[in-house]
Formats: sequence, structure tokens, C-alpha cells
Amino acid sequence: MALLRRPLLLLLLIVTHQFLQFRIAFGSVNEEGQKQEEFYEELLLKPLPDRKLLTHFHFQSSAPPSTSNGRHHHLFPKAISQLVLKFQVKEMELSFTQGRWNYESWGGFDPIPSSNAKPPGVELWAVFDAPQHLIDALWKNLTHTLSGLFCASINFLESSTAYSAPEWSFPPASGKLRYGTLPREAVCTENLTPWLKLLPCRDKAGISMLLDRPSIYRGFYHSQRLHLTSTGSGSEGMDPGIILEQTLTVVLQPDSQRASLAHASEKHIQPSWSLSSIFGKQISGRCVLAETSSVYFLLDKGLVAELEHIHKENEKSEENVLISEKFWNNPSFELSAKPDRIFIEESSLLSKNASVLYKFEIEKYGESEPFDLGLFWKTPVVWLCQQAPLHANRFLMGSGNERGAIAISLKSTQSSEGFMGSNSNDERCELRVDVFQVVPWYVKVYFHSLQVFVDQQPKAVSDIIEKIHVSPSKDKVSPGVMELVLTLPCSVSSAVLTIEFDKGFLHIDEYPPDANQGFDIPSAIEKSPVMSYTEVLLVPLTTPDFSMPYNVITITCTVFALYFGSLLNALRRRVAEEERFLKDKAAKKMDRIPLLLSKLSAKLRGRHLEGPQAPPASSSFINSKSVLKVILIAGLAVYWQYYFS
Amino acid sequence: MSSYAGSMYHGSPLLLSLLGPLTVKRIEGQPNHLLYSLVSVIADVVSAMLIRATGQNLRLAYLRSLESLDLVKQIDVSEFLCSGDIAALIYLCNPFTIVACVGLSTSPIENMAVILCLYGACSRLIPLAAFGWVIATHLSLYPAILIIPVIFLLGCGPDSPPRKLFLQRHQQKEVLNQSKLPPGFSWRPIIHFAFWAFLWSVYVLVLCGISLKQFGGLWEMFKSTYGFILTVEDLSPNIGVLWYFFAEVFEFFRNFFLIVFHVNILFMILPLAIRLRHRPCYLAFVYVAICSMLKSYPSVGDSALYLGLLGWFVNELADMQFSLFLFCGYVGVSLLSPVMHNLWIWRGTGNANFYFTTAMVYACLQIVLVVEGVSAMLNHDRKLRILITGKPQDAKS
Repeated sequence: MALLRRPLLLLLLIVTHQFLQFRIAFGSVNEEGQKQEEFYEELLLKPLPDRKLLTHFHFQSSAPPSTSNGRHHHLFPKAISQLVLKFQVKEMELSFTQGRWNYESWGGFDPIPSSNAKPPGVELWAVFDAPQHLIDALWKNLTHTLSGLFCASINFLESSTAYSAPEWSFPPASGKLRYGTLPREAVCTENLTPWLKLLPCRDKAGISMLLDRPSIYRGFYHSQRLHLTSTGSGSEGMDPGIILEQTLTVVLQPDSQRASLAHASEKHIQPSWSLSSIFGKQISGRCVLAETSSVYFLLDKGLVAELEHIHKENEKSEENVLISEKFWNNPSFELSAKPDRIFIEESSLLSKNASVLYKFEIEKYGESEPFDLGLFWKTPVVWLCQQAPLHANRFLMGSGNERGAIAISLKSTQSSEGFMGSNSNDERCELRVDVFQVVPWYVKVYFHSLQVFVDQQPKAVSDIIEKIHVSPSKDKVSPGVMELVLTLPCSVSSAVLTIEFDKGFLHIDEYPPDANQGFDIPSAIEKSPVMSYTEVLLVPLTTPDFSMPYNVITITCTVFALYFGSLLNALRRRVAEEERFLKDKAAKKMDRIPLLLSKLSAKLRGRHLEGPQAPPASSSFINSKSVLKVILIAGLAVYWQYYFS
Repeated sequence: MSSYAGSMYHGSPLLLSLLGPLTVKRIEGQPNHLLYSLVSVIADVVSAMLIRATGQNLRLAYLRSLESLDLVKQIDVSEFLCSGDIAALIYLCNPFTIVACVGLSTSPIENMAVILCLYGACSRLIPLAAFGWVIATHLSLYPAILIIPVIFLLGCGPDSPPRKLFLQRHQQKEVLNQSKLPPGFSWRPIIHFAFWAFLWSVYVLVLCGISLKQFGGLWEMFKSTYGFILTVEDLSPNIGVLWYFFAEVFEFFRNFFLIVFHVNILFMILPLAIRLRHRPCYLAFVYVAICSMLKSYPSVGDSALYLGLLGWFVNELADMQFSLFLFCGYVGVSLLSPVMHNLWIWRGTGNANFYFTTAMVYACLQIVLVVEGVSAMLNHDRKLRILITGKPQDAKS
């Protein structure tokens, strides 16, 4: 039994310890004898306070800098390597998420939620290692490539209205970072399958065998993430090394039927589970291509403290059961397999409150003896997950479809005094909060209307906001971006930011098919210093009548044609002339035949002869002009006649 | 940051630098829009005073021409209303003016520039006319076509019956009294006007250029002011019909219809100018009314302007048809339109067509007003001619 004391962050521990282990070289050796491509697979299981179970799959492939990257790979997915080379990606993260991470009950301060809790839908950010003027083009091509690679509509992030360039909310990239989200993207198995194809064993062997689609998508939250970093090549002509991390976080509700049968009286007991009961499968051996393949079972701080408390009450012994010899069968719970190692988080303040991590090596198990970890709770336990110092919520204010306001509320969870203490000065304790908010252009935000309320008291914006960066939205061109750095006193219990907006009106083609459902405002990001995402907001926009284009066009055009015609008519009408014309017409009605005769005779006598019969008084009716016209037509007729005969 | 950085502001940079601070600055204990409301109230009062002065000017000119036509006995001059006072009262008491003022719109200032231009041209203050014209064009583009009435005003003086009538009258009397004839067209004031207009526009452009030097210069300004007006990018509902038209029209035809609607304004300029050249102020009124009907983003402030100007011609347009119908229509639309807007936008119980219908009715009313107004004015001229010649006669003017 090895007891290791490791630094604070568990994830760091998970990642670093692997490098200490003995490496078995699967995959062929590079001809220059350099580092080889490596693959690790891990699974973390963690019971959550609200009778749920967090399962976190972690796969890591890495390709060292080499000259053959993008052409030949042993383990590393070629598609990713080519993508990195072609689009000069320095760092990229793509996540597909369904459901919302429940920060209140699932915790917000552990390394797993802070890096894996993602906003619903698709989120993509990428840092490029290219000149500034090329970045937008690279981003567009990258979105199309990823869209094809993952069978998702990531290509909608191509449009300049969909992505933004945050300045300081993400890893500093001096304007080379692009960020975009698609909150309404439905995530399902067609996105998971291409994601699994990037693994060397796919879902045929090793931990990924557990990925049974129906059980995953039955969960409350699932988020598949792909994070890649390219490390600069050491020498010229070498392609950069790439580290690809793929994680899948699923929150499941174990089927508690068995538990309820066994302990009908105990309603508050946590549901017991095993891998086979939640996934319907067991791990029958590891992926042979993986360097290491391990399963971890994590009991977090609060749970450990609670368990020890229960144990002390019962047994009155000083010994810590959780790390004693018979820990897997202690009075509170029973593990079905014996762990190979136990890690205890090192905590400088209170050694009691340390989370415990059990490690199970998969190498030992095989087809004949599949690995199936089970947990059987014996006594009811109630605990709380560790919270981030602030809990962020976001909501809309106002009614109607003309204007509204977005409010971001930050509530102190009062649960991390230790963290606050570490950040405080002697006199003033301050909490630094970064807020990053993207709004689509049709939500026209008035940045001057930003108001800050601390503990329900309005505060001057300049007192609270240390730094602000705003890029206003441009209609149909770019979204509005707001980045804030707030400094709040540690004693704050709540802070609310409100900002007003007007709702825009779109062209009929710009509405999605179900326009009355509303439009999504992507999650805001709050970092204090753990990153957390707020809810996606649904903004209903006014819709025009989609069935009306023809009616509107014809009615409007008719009205304007009426205007044009009637105004021209009014301008050219001559009342007096009309009156006389009518009078003349009445007078001439009788002698129409003589008139015709006179015309005929005029025509017959030639052009020079004007109708002498025509009375001079009626010059307005038969004047020289009309006679000329008649003559001209007659001449034409005669010419026509001659020409054809 | 450039004032055109977001798609929020589409006005003149000068207006922003003059009025922008007023909307932010606040007097202790008062709401912060008070200062700007004061400015728009002052602008409206100044406009009303200028309208009154111009109206009196026009009335005098009208009486003088009647006198020179010896029609004073036939037309009862004592029944003549004081059109300047009426116009000013209409402008000030018009609910549209009040609404535009309450809504903190910039139209009081735009209207003031237009009225300044007409006043200057009527009272032959050429620099003032040029200033008004340049500022009005700079603020909202459409008043550019007022250059035609201004040229007629400066060239032949304010409204009078057609020149031909005077000639006929004098032929009848067989005494050609040159002093009683209205003056012919003179080019001198027009060249003056052109010079001043050039001077003022250079001045305005230089000021704009200075204020936008860091942010892309004048091109940026033209793109987001005139470009915004001409391409109808904003589809927010207003009292016109174009927002809905361009929200619904197929993208393929968009450019075509943009051209059609703008050419519709330009198309009527020439026929109206030919037919109403002896009445430049009335021509200006018709142009303003047509613009407010066909412009990209009409507002009630535009209607307030032309309804105010209509007051100048109460005597001439006394015989206008459908005036009661028009009045009722305007009242009805101005009551129904907010109701429909509320139903559609705020309550969500109505739909866009409800509001569009009121906008359509409003457009029709304006069309009837323009067409009937023009024919009433032509009929008035005809009436004068009949009074002079004593019989209906072929009129070619």
C-alpha cells in the first residue's frame, strides 16, 4: 500500500504521476530513437451528494515533435495532427455538452468541474500561431474542418456574427484567440462516434468499452471535450509536438432499485452502484496500446470528513478507517475491488479535510476476470461538495419585445474561507472576478447602462470595476463583447451587474425555423478564480408574419403605384381643356362622317393640303398636328403596300 | 472609440458632440434628459417663430399679387386668415411635434434646419438659407431636394399666381405696367446661394473631418449616416412601411426595391417643379411631404413639419377635397398606431400585420394629402385665371 502525499490539485496529481511510471513501449520506436507517441486512459468515479455519480473519462494521446507528423502516426490520430499543421493551431478546445452542470450541488471548486463543466451546446476556442491578418480565415477553415470531423454544425461559427476575440478571459493570446459558442446545438451519439474514432482502441477495448450510448445519454449531464495543445518544435523543419486530451464527463443517476429493496426503511441512503449496473458493461482488460490504464474512485473532502465523523461516533477509535487495511469494507460503505494505491490530498490547513483517491490498475484484469467496481453504501451520508467562492447566475429582466436587461448575479457561497484567506492582504481582502459576456448583434446592448449593485446597494461602476473592455456589436457583422474585471470585498454576500438592451428586428430569412422559441444568448463566463458558466438565456424576439412576403410586397407596391399615378395625373390634368373636349365631342358627334371625309380628302390631295373642310374653331381636335400624323400613317401604309407587292 | 463603432448612432458627429454631453449631464435632482428636452423645446419654438415670419411674408406676397391682378374686389381679402399665425400654431400644438419632443428625437433640430432654410430663402437672407440647407442635408440627406424650391424662391420671389396670368391681365387692360409685374428669374442670388452653400458645406465637412480624424475619417461618416439611410439596414418598426417591406422582401430583390423607392422620390421632383414653379414654398411643402412619406426611417416629427408648413396655405387650399376625411384619418391613425404597436410588441397578442396596417393607412393618408393638396393648389390657380379671363380657357402653363 503506497501512501503518497501530493500537491493540492488532484488533476495535476493524476496527470503527473503517470510520467513516473514505468513505460512499456507499444507502438514502434522512432528511427531517431526519440520519444514515442503515447496514450493513456483513465476513468474517475465520484459520488455526488444528490444521489448521482460523476464519471469522468480521460484519454490522452501525445505526439512528440517529429518530421513525419501529419503523414505517419502510430497511435496519434492523423486527422488531428493534420488539422494542427494546416491551421497552425497552438491550442484549441472543443466541447459538446448536453445539460447544465449543477454548480450548487455538484461543486464548483474541484479541478474536474472547473475544467470540464461547459456551457450547453458547442463551445470552441482556438489560439492560432499565425500572423494577425490570417487568423479569421484560419478560424473559418478550422470550423468547417471540425464540422466535418465531428458531424456537428460547427460551421455556423464561421460567420463573423458568431465568434469573438476576447482579450483576457482566456489564456493570453494577444488577439490570436477566437471564441464561439452554439448554445442550441443538439449533442448526441453522432458526435460521440467520431470522437471515439480518435482513440487508438476506439470503444472496443479498455476503459472506453464502458461507453454504452443509451446509458450515457440517459444521464443528467454529459460533456465531451477535446483539448489539444501543440508544443513548439525544438528545431527547424520539425513539426510541433501535439498533446490531445479527450474527456467525457457524465453525471448519472445509479439505479437505486437494489438499495431501496434492501433498505426500505432507509430512504436517505445513497444508491449503491457498480460499473455493470450503470453502464451495463464491465472492463474486460485494458487497451493494449495504452501506457497506463487505470480507474480512480474519489471521495471528496466533504464526504471524507462526514465518513470519519460517522466512524468516530460509532467506533470511538482514532484510527482512520478510510486508509486502514480494511478500508474497502468499512462501516459506511463497501468497495467490491481492492484498490492498488491510495492517494490522500495534502492540505496545509486541516488534515482532516482531505479528499481520498483510490486507484485501480486495469492491467491485472482480463477477459476471464473483468473489472467491475461496485460501491455498496451501508449508512446514509449527507455532505456538500466544495463550492467556488462565488456562484454566478444570469437572468433577463423586463417584459415585452422591445427592450430588456441582462442581470448577472454573483452570490457568495461562504464556503471557501481558506481560499479567501490565501488571497487577502493584511488590511483589505479583495476578490477578483472576471466576467466575460458575448451578446449577439440583435441584442443591442447599451454599455453605458451598466449598473453594479453590491449587497443590494447601487455602487459607482468605477469603484467596483477595475478593468473593462467593450467591443460594441455591429449589425449583421460582429457580436458585442464585454469583459470586466471586478474587485469585490471578501465580505460581499451578493453582487449584481445589470445592463440594458434593445431587441433588434431581423430580416425574415434570418430567423431560425422555430422563430417564436426565441434566441439564445451564450453563457457568460465568470472566473473567481475557478471558471464557471452561467445559464444560457433565451430571448424572445418579435417576429414578422412569415406568411406575408407576397402580400406585403404587392400591397406596398400598389399603394406607391397609386401615389405615383394619381400625383402625375393631378399634375397633367387640365380641367378647362377637358370640359371643352367633352363639349366638342358632343357637338361633333353628329358630323363624324364629314370629318372622316375631310381627313380622307386631305390625305388624298397630298401632304401640303390641309383639310379646308375642318372648321377652324375645332382646331384643338383636328389641328395640323393630327393631320400630319394621319398623313404619316397613311404614307407608311402606302409604302408598306408597295413594298410587299 | 468612434461614435460609429457599434451600430447605435447614425447621425452627424457634430450633432453628437453638441447634444451628446447634454444627454449625460444632469442638473442636481432633475432627470438627466431634461437638458436635451429643453433644447428640443427651444428648437420647436424657434421653428414656430420662423414659420410665423415666413407665413406673414407669404401672405403679404399673396395679397400684393392679388392687388396687382386687380382681384382684390372679387376675392374677399378680409376673410383671409393670418396664415403665419395659423401655421405656427399648428406646428406648436400638433401632437406629433409634442410626441417627437417628448420622445427626445432629433427631429425638432432637423425640422428647424429645414425651416431655417425656407425662412432664409423667403426673406432673401442667402447665407442663412444656404446654412439651413447644408445643415438639413447633413443631418438627414432628404432635404437636399429642397434646393429646387430654394432656387425658385431666390430667383423669382415667394409664391404668387402664375406669371402668365399677370401678362394676360395686362394684355386685357392693354397697359403694360412693368412695376406691377412680378420680377423675372434672376441668376444673381442663385450664384450667391451656390457660393454660400459651398462655403458652409466645406465648413461642415471640415468640422466633421476633424472630429472623426482618428476613426476612419469622412468616409466612415458617409457610410454610417447616408449609407444607413439609403440601404435601410435597420428594420425596427416605425410609422413608415419600408421597415416591414424590407423585412419581408426576398434578399434577391432588395437592391431593386431600394432603387425603386428612392427613385420614386426623385421621379416626382421634375414634374412638380415644372407645374408649381411659381409657388416655390408650396413646392417645398410637397417635397417635404413626399420625403416624409417615402423616406427610409420616417418619424412623426417629419409629419409635424409638413403639417406645420401646410398652415401657410390655408387660404389657397380652402377648397381642398377630403379635408375632413384626412383629419379624421390622421386622428384615427395616431390613436390606433400606438395601440397596435403595444399589442404586437409589448403584449404579444397582436402580430406585425396589425401595426403594418396602420402604417399602410398612414401612408395612404399622406398620399391623399399630397395629391389632393397639389390638385387643390392647381385648381386655385385655375380659379384665379377664370376670375381674370372670365371664362374657362385652355391653360398651358
